[in-house]
Amino acid sequence: MTLNRRNFLGAGAAVAASLSAPMVLGAGKPRVVVIGGGAGGATAARYIAKGSKGAIDVTLVEPSRTYYTCFFSNLYIGGFRELSSIAHSYGKLASDYGINVVHDWAIGIDRDAKTVSLAGGAKLPYDRLVLSPGIDFVDGAVPGWDVSSQNKMPHAYKAGSQTELLKAQVEAMPEGGTFAMVAPPNPFRCPPGPYERVSMIAHVLKEKNPTAKIIVADPKPKFSKMGLFQEGWANHYDGMIDWIGQDFGGDVVEVNADEMTVSIDGEVTKVDACNVIPAMKAGKICEMASITEGNWAPVIGHTMQSRIDENIHVLGDACAQGDMPKSGFSANSQAKVAAMAIRGALTGSKVFPAKFSNTCWSLIDTDDGVKVGATYEATDEKIAKVDGFISQTGESGDLRKQTFEESVGWYAGITSDMFG
Amino acid sequence: MRLAISIITLWAALTGAALGEESAEAIGDSERGAKMFKKCKSCHQLGDGAKHKIGPHLNGIFFRPAATFDDFKYSKGMYAAREAGLVWDIDGLSRFIEDPRGTVPGTKMSFHGLPKEKDRFDLLAFLRIYSDNPQNIPEAAPTAIKVEVELSPEILAIVGDPDYGEYLATECTTCHQSSGDFDGIPGIVGWPNEDFVIAMHAYKLKKRDHPVMQMMAGRLADDEIAALAAYFGNLN
Ligand SMILES: Cc1cc2nc3c(=O)[nH]c(=O)nc-3n(C[C@H](O)[C@H](O)[C@H](O)COP(=O)(O)OP(=O)(O)OC[C@H]3O[C@@H](n4cnc5c(N)ncnc54)[C@H](O)[C@@H]3O)c2cc1C
Repeated sequence: MTLNRRNFLGAGAAVAASLSAPMVLGAGKPRVVVIGGGAGGATAARYIAKGSKGAIDVTLVEPSRTYYTCFFSNLYIGGFRELSSIAHSYGKLASDYGINVVHDWAIGIDRDAKTVSLAGGAKLPYDRLVLSPGIDFVDGAVPGWDVSSQNKMPHAYKAGSQTELLKAQVEAMPEGGTFAMVAPPNPFRCPPGPYERVSMIAHVLKEKNPTAKIIVADPKPKFSKMGLFQEGWANHYDGMIDWIGQDFGGDVVEVNADEMTVSIDGEVTKVDACNVIPAMKAGKICEMASITEGNWAPVIGHTMQSRIDENIHVLGDACAQGDMPKSGFSANSQAKVAAMAIRGALTGSKVFPAKFSNTCWSLIDTDDGVKVGATYEATDEKIAKVDGFISQTGESGDLRKQTFEESVGWYAGITSDMFG
Repeated sequence: MRLAISIITLWAALTGAALGEESAEAIGDSERGAKMFKKCKSCHQLGDGAKHKIGPHLNGIFFRPAATFDDFKYSKGMYAAREAGLVWDIDGLSRFIEDPRGTVPGTKMSFHGLPKEKDRFDLLAFLRIYSDNPQNIPEAAPTAIKVEVELSPEILAIVGDPDYGEYLATECTTCHQSSGDFDGIPGIVGWPNEDFVIAMHAYKLKKRDHPVMQMMAGRLADDEIAALAAYFGNLN
């Protein structure tokens, strides 16, 4: 390893310097800029810094000082978690790993000059750029809804104040009131997410407002873990949830946030709370860097490099990730492959074949957890599924409880893997 | 009430009075406990030839103070519990098994606990059989403990590449914390090499039934399992 690094840096002095952490800035060290401190970006920054032991200069650009995980945000809505338990800060990434954490927005990328401009005016040069900005919404995806309606009809698909708002609105529903969800078309972040959310809202309503109703307008004919959710809904929330799929006009939807109405296949319903989850695309910065094709950024699975610019790696929800679902687990898994490839390219450390995996747990009701997962490998064409499994209908209560407890363990695991 | 009685019975047992199965039954149903011990078996050995594995062996545990084997590396939490005077009498064992992390903060025992008193007492009734008659347990005798999977000496002899292990381990640490902490998913750091290798092969051969682990182990080659065992074995 040292040998390779010496070859790369070309000077003995630089090697000595690179081995003595913490490093002084500059001095010809390779620079990596990471945009987005979420599941993909925080993991990538941490693994690059940790693995290179100071030989690579890592800057993480993230506007928020507190990252609220979308994972387990549904459990917060259901009353199973406190909001504070899904909040994370970047302190350790800076103090324990020497990452330069910059709280700012990236507003432009000059791919020729290899620089990133920040809203605050700074310009950051890079040798490799990692983009993990998550998602943005497709304009006009749900007629009648745009971001100016998000206070009346929250999306809660970026966690934090939106999630709090949605929870408060559900809890404030009048007795026997109606909650509506407009579900997104494929592909979108967290395929089981909307349905776990429906379950959590049903859990709240069953306790506080048992005559309330839930309507889900879905542009898709089927959804992730559908059999498991439908079984759970029948078991726990019988008659409360009306799921209207594409076959019944769930794809012909219009909302009016001022009137609080939802029109599904021409039929207008007055609602008391409404969660609109519009169609998604890669975080805007990807478009600004011109590395998208359609809504997403295509990547080479072996290294997570953009197919359009080899100096840029795109992770997580923003990339077109082949067979992998857009999940925090996937983003975290891809980040490690990218970190390995980047360290290999910049310091000559060993590079191994990419391995990916994902497991998504969902909670249907108290102690009723289910999961779906798969392993993946990189082919020249895409990230391809190798093997997978899914929870079965009719499983014992004990197994479901174990599955839930496991998800709590996973949450502790992935968040410490992201933030140290 | 029940607790008091069982302690007295145990006392009687240890002082040479009324020995054997019958007094064990006073704590709980040892046969049911034997079945429950399956949960413990992947880490703890018990009986003839029992050795320390991921956890210490449990022969003769009753009335032993916590963390007293010199040849086993306990968690900091367990050493602290010893300092605080934790002794494995029925009460101490029962409290620990009820809520391991609540009773001994920082324990590396990856187990949620048995909230039901009956479960704990049945398990203790079984464990006690191996404390009642410690003279019947030749602790150093050649192993009579069945191995989960028979692996060829070649597989067990593979020396893992720690660099490769470090990369492969990144897949594990999404769920298994590199600190070894347990919050619902077992800690896997600091295990004896062979135990790690055997556990992974048991998943790979689907002799242990956890779908995620069967899938993850299923695609690991023998040298990859060895690399992971080497990496996690040496972690703190
Ligand atoms: C309700 C819900 C439940 C979910 N449950 C699960 C689950 O149980 N398991 C699971 O694995 N996944 C789950 N997910 C999915 C998971 O949250 C995402 O897939 C994951 O966060 C994607 O990681 P990412 O790095 O791509 O994006 P994010 O984690 O969203 O991170 C992107 C970051 O980039 C920052 N950013 C964006 N633009 C810029 C810019 N221009 N400059 C600087 N910073 C920028 C943002 O502030 C943000 O912090 C869930 C999602 C939702 C909505």
